Amino acid sequence: MSFNVDERGYYGNYGGAYIPEMLYPNVEELRSRYLDIIAEPSFQAEFHALLKDYVGRPTPLFKAERLSAKYNTNIYLKREDLCHTGAHKVNNTIGQILVAKRLGKSKIVAETGAGQHGVATATVCALMGMECIVYMGAIDIERQAPNVARMRMLGAQVVAAKSGSQTLKDATNEAMRHWINHPVDTHYIIGSVVGPHPYPDMVARFQSVISEEIRTQLQEKEGRDYPDYVIACVGGGSNAAGAFYHFLDEPRTALIAAEAAGLGVESGHSAATTFLGKPGVLHGSKSLSMQTEDGQVIEPYSISAGLDYPGIGPMHAHLFESGRATFYGVTDEEALVAAVECSQLEGIIPALETAHALAVFERLQAKPNEIVVVNVSGRGDKDLSTYQNRLKLND
Amino acid sequence: MTKMNRISALFAQATEPVLNVYTTAGFPRFEDTMTVLNALQAGGVDIIEVGMPYSDPVADGETIQLSNQASLEQGMSVAHLFAQLKDMRKTITVPVLLMGYINPVLQYGVEAFCAKCAEVGVDGLILPDLPMVEYEASYREIFEKYGLYNILLITPQTNDERIRHIDSVSKGFIYMVSSASTTGAKTGISADQEVYFSRIAAMNLQNPRLIGFGISDHESFMKASKNASGAIIGSAFVKMIAQAKDLSAEIVDFVQAIKGKK
Repeated sequence: MSFNVDERGYYGNYGGAYIPEMLYPNVEELRSRYLDIIAEPSFQAEFHALLKDYVGRPTPLFKAERLSAKYNTNIYLKREDLCHTGAHKVNNTIGQILVAKRLGKSKIVAETGAGQHGVATATVCALMGMECIVYMGAIDIERQAPNVARMRMLGAQVVAAKSGSQTLKDATNEAMRHWINHPVDTHYIIGSVVGPHPYPDMVARFQSVISEEIRTQLQEKEGRDYPDYVIACVGGGSNAAGAFYHFLDEPRTALIAAEAAGLGVESGHSAATTFLGKPGVLHGSKSLSMQTEDGQVIEPYSISAGLDYPGIGPMHAHLFESGRATFYGVTDEEALVAAVECSQLEGIIPALETAHALAVFERLQAKPNEIVVVNVSGRGDKDLSTYQNRLKLND
Repeated sequence: MTKMNRISALFAQATEPVLNVYTTAGFPRFEDTMTVLNALQAGGVDIIEVGMPYSDPVADGETIQLSNQASLEQGMSVAHLFAQLKDMRKTITVPVLLMGYINPVLQYGVEAFCAKCAEVGVDGLILPDLPMVEYEASYREIFEKYGLYNILLITPQTNDERIRHIDSVSKGFIYMVSSASTTGAKTGISADQEVYFSRIAAMNLQNPRLIGFGISDHESFMKASKNASGAIIGSAFVKMIAQAKDLSAEIVDFVQAIKGKK
């Protein structure tokens, strides 16, 4: 079985490009050119130089000795939190802005939920001197004020998405509408492995540097180039796609995805798409999404704004359906406990998204001789106010 | 299906520009759907396009988004809509299209949905996020089994080769989007747009074309109809009914004004 995208843009039953005709020329231009552009030696040289000198790659693979001792196994942390801008998101925005330049585009539009992808997009637009518009749900603008300020300081225009529930899904709708209205000069930088083909594959390729480095680093440290487990959190699923990518066809590596169960999978306040979703079309691709019986999209809930999305990328829907990856639902409380544990055992304050991935060790029951790699997708600075409130750090 | 589809019959007979008006089902109030349809026909509309509300209508601008949201909040669903349209053909003789997004159709079940459309007397569908390639591969056979026309869109960015392909797959008419935009984003017809309209007119396509997006009054309706068989009005109509005090009378006035019969 293949876990990569086929020539029709599908992963098994999921994927495709369910877009209005107004977007067809743009998406088709991208589809017909992205593989050639990415393969160009000049692209590869520029991409890797920026990843090295601007993003700070390779990010370390750190043996977490105290966590390993606690869970009686070998836990490694892949430090994407040390990337410039504080999360893995920038791997993708660097790649896409280089594609946009080669497509002759002069403007960039993006959506953002918590603001991490918005900041990563505003950053590369500043670097390349391109105009940047970021759509963000009006409610998210209020609750993520520091990231709004960062985007504006970087020169981006932040536009409030006021339609629907005024969060990430509506910001995505607004970004798509902006692209429909500006089809010629604008490239849309989607922040996750969602959207119409070729976005899920293109974003996964740019994020695949994560698993490429894990392989090399494990070979150096452990004398083998694969772990027994790779763990990553999944909202749309870009950091998981990157961490899984080079292990998709490695049967000795179990792929573990942590979804946000919010107040509990069955609580009605959750974002655990594989548990609650059904096959359907959302934001341009067929995948699993949370929806009513009538096919209306349900607004999800998670303490983590980055996992607060009603769908998952088609690659993950296929990994779930085929059984290639195992999905766990992690509640807000479990994530908070894991965030404290990682902070106090390893001196690393993780992002709330990452905390969901760090919460599955207990359930994993890895053996003493096994190797577990967790993708630390982002750092916790952006979540400090949530940590302060929920953990009563000011008392 | 031996009976001629109402859309084909209309274009075969039409001597004047065809007016297609879009309305959101269950709007302004949940129970208004049939009132609006009857008034549209009384006013002299040629095709009625009934919007099935959706939570995430990406091709639509603010006016239609808000009407979708209001309709959903009032409890509208695909099943409720079919119940409201159950006896539609007792009064409505003009062609009726359902417009909407693919996900609610998938959840209802494509075949069950098409069967229900045929049962209540729907003539065709406009599903902007159902791409042509998917339509041809998985939907066309079912649509045709139930005599439903799938209305496809072209835009100023659609190249000639693709337009020819869309023309070959289309039945009824081609929905010609007047500019690169979402619905209701722009009003009026510019000189550039007229160049695009006449370029397409010169292609001698087998299907008639209706021009939509940016049509809001008699002037823009007539301008668009110079290079096509007629035009489609959506946002301007929805905006009007959102504020109407005497719904039926104002709809009749609106349609007659667009057609220049008043």
